[in-house]
Amino acid sequence: MNMYIPPEYEVVRDTERCIACRVCERQCANEVHSFDADTGKMTADGAKCVNCHRCVCLCPTHALKIVKSDDTYKLNANWDNQTINEIYKQANSGGILLSSMGNPKPYPIFWDKLLVNASQVTNPPIDPLREPMETRLWLGKRAASIERDEKGRLKNTLAPQLKLEVPVMFSAMSYGSISYNAHEALARAAQELGTYYNTGEGGLHRDFYKYGKNTIVQVASGRFGVFKDYLEGAAAIEIKMGQGAKPGIGGHLPGAKISEDVSQTRMIPQGADAISPAPHHDIYSIEDLRQLVMSLKEATNYEKPVIVKVAAVHNAPAIASGIARSGADIIAIDGFRGGTGAAPTRIRDNVGIPIELALAQIDQRLREEGIRDEVSLVVGGSIRSSADVVKAIALGADACYIGTAALLALGCHLCRSCHAGKCNWGIATQQPDLVKRLNPDIGYKRLVNLVGAWKHEIQEMMGGMGINSIEALRGNRLMLRGVGLTERELELLGVRYAGENM
Amino acid sequence: MLKEGQFRNPSGCAVAGVIDRSGGKMSGQGMIDAIAVMHDRSNGLGGGFAGYGIYPHYSEFYAFHLFYDGKSAQTEAETFITRHFEIVYSSEIQTRKIPTVTDEPLIFRYFLAPLPQKLSRSHLDEREYVARCVNRINARIDGAYVFSSGKNMGIFKGVGYPEDIGRFYRLEEYEGYAWTCHGRYPTNTPGWWGGAHPFGLLDFSVVHNGEISSYDANRRYIEMFGYKCTLHTDTEVITYIIDYLVRRRGLTLEEAAHVIAASFWSTISGKEPAAREQETLLRRMFPSLLVTGPFSVILGYTGGLMVIGDRLKLRSAVCAQKGDVAYIASEESAIRRIEPDLDRVWSPAGGELVIFELYDRGGLAQ
Repeated sequence: MNMYIPPEYEVVRDTERCIACRVCERQCANEVHSFDADTGKMTADGAKCVNCHRCVCLCPTHALKIVKSDDTYKLNANWDNQTINEIYKQANSGGILLSSMGNPKPYPIFWDKLLVNASQVTNPPIDPLREPMETRLWLGKRAASIERDEKGRLKNTLAPQLKLEVPVMFSAMSYGSISYNAHEALARAAQELGTYYNTGEGGLHRDFYKYGKNTIVQVASGRFGVFKDYLEGAAAIEIKMGQGAKPGIGGHLPGAKISEDVSQTRMIPQGADAISPAPHHDIYSIEDLRQLVMSLKEATNYEKPVIVKVAAVHNAPAIASGIARSGADIIAIDGFRGGTGAAPTRIRDNVGIPIELALAQIDQRLREEGIRDEVSLVVGGSIRSSADVVKAIALGADACYIGTAALLALGCHLCRSCHAGKCNWGIATQQPDLVKRLNPDIGYKRLVNLVGAWKHEIQEMMGGMGINSIEALRGNRLMLRGVGLTERELELLGVRYAGENM
Repeated sequence: MLKEGQFRNPSGCAVAGVIDRSGGKMSGQGMIDAIAVMHDRSNGLGGGFAGYGIYPHYSEFYAFHLFYDGKSAQTEAETFITRHFEIVYSSEIQTRKIPTVTDEPLIFRYFLAPLPQKLSRSHLDEREYVARCVNRINARIDGAYVFSSGKNMGIFKGVGYPEDIGRFYRLEEYEGYAWTCHGRYPTNTPGWWGGAHPFGLLDFSVVHNGEISSYDANRRYIEMFGYKCTLHTDTEVITYIIDYLVRRRGLTLEEAAHVIAASFWSTISGKEPAAREQETLLRRMFPSLLVTGPFSVILGYTGGLMVIGDRLKLRSAVCAQKGDVAYIASEESAIRRIEPDLDRVWSPAGGELVIFELYDRGGLAQ
């Protein structure tokens, strides 16, 4: 028998307002809404609703809202409704629970316990509307020898770097997990913003090679879509060792999502499941990583920086130290609240550590070992606002990756149902009728708006601190103070408590 | 209350400097007179001077000036010094009792030559050897503090108004081709003599007026290279940055200035291609040594003075010339006090580097 599980959300329709235009019915790929010809009224089946708000947003008379169902089992602080429902689901199916997007559990968010400084009296704040306020930076190795030409001028001995006009990049989301139109929007926004988007592990669609200068291509354990042109066409190459939402496991894109286009881009048969193994089977140790890093550099004539992306796990500092000595130029660290197109729920919600702590410890460790200049640090999972960016940089990051925030800008309402492939917003789906709902002309402008707005906010906060270059904020932990943190947390973050003097 | 160095202590200040580029000697009196004019820029919690060319008879030896809290610190420090150096001459530094200068520590001077065997066994460059010995004493020996360690130069500093500190050290009796001085307005200090400025390392001395906003970014970066920022002051970290870039990495002073007070990207993009390329490269190589927030700094070194200010010009600095003599001060009034009739007076632009050197060292590079 299958235990009936009551719906979590209910669709509430104001019948006074509803004009039965059936927009909600057409917009819902989950088939929640239907028209009853007998009564001439709309009905809704809440059991199918994922609460993506597509119908709410598009209802022309604002007749709809989604509310949390008040149906409940007998209240129990230990066995809450969700926990019980998950038991029923697993008893029904025998399967692993799947989830999407980032960990929604109420773990501490350290960003919200850090406060930023501002100048008063002894040091003037700077007005970004009147004075230059630099957010430009370069990512990559900075350790270089001082050499001079015959005229005594410095030679450029730097390894290749990435130039960013704003310390925010779009993090890896594969074509397959998100749609063609979502990719196009990200690519065009990255180009206009002077930053980078990341192909994820699904290869690069032929149409998007023209955005190569703003593209980071990923080489993951499945090696999907990796070939000569892919590596050569990119600005940088990222080796994906792990993902914050699912550290220690691989990926599985169901065959249903492998459309003809996706199949060509990934270089796998149409309809076949795309399975990324948990490890790279040529990397069982740090010295193996070095070989892949150097192989990719050799293959691209040492012209491109190589990023190694890892999930934030318990011994992150030691791992980062190893990567910094592997020849990699940039380390990307993905925190345990990072998003995903699909992950086992138990992994997403219980594995990994917060990015704030991982970042603080990695930055400190690399400095103690004197190798901070060997690599740049990029952090993600999850960066939610310009304030998070400012705090991350002050803790020691060079730049941030944003994924969820970018998808929200494209319309995502965080219904966390990407794995179902029926994204009503045209983002996490390959169904042509749904994909076309996301207009890349509009989508890319919304991304440019978002990151542009963050840039202004970052500049305002920098100006307040009297800092007019983002590089003077990097690792500047005296600009942060903690509130509501324990002695141990402050020590790990390397910040003082609010109220403590400089 | 915590001692200086155990907390970060920003401060406002007055700075001044003078150099006779023909190498002619001046007593310390001129600097005392100049800094006295800017009395209100200090608050009596720190003043100091650096003189160059003041020890011509011992010019081959490292002149160490030390503060001691007591005799036991002195014994410990001298034991360390004799293990690493030959002491050519040592004595207590002669001072004059001034009613407003109180609680002075024991103040000693040593002229030193590194022990040749010890130096060669260390596999270090001589200057690096000396710098490390200075750091060792300052970090490890409680109650002993080396506040001057260059050749043929000396730093004199203490707690009090700078003009009083100058008289305390009898600087009118010293003669040098260049001087800098500093009056301090710390925003909180228990008044520790070692915390006064100039701050020195080998023959570099730095006086600084400002409060840099990049402090912790600079500090955490420079500490990767063996420096310990024990005083937690801007001046200390700026000195280490200059030492690192110039002495250890081999940049010119001008290149170091393009790191510390780098031009804005928008300014760099308007420069001629060669300069654009060099300045871009320097910013890309050493972004964490960019100093932001208000500062004007006078760097003293053997044969010259360098003036550099923050790129927004948030702290004043005035330069002037009269014949062979060049002047720098926070306020023009301080210069006029010692030389009313100037050939030229100007204010360097934000981030603009001004260097005054002895003619036999290359002269003015501006």
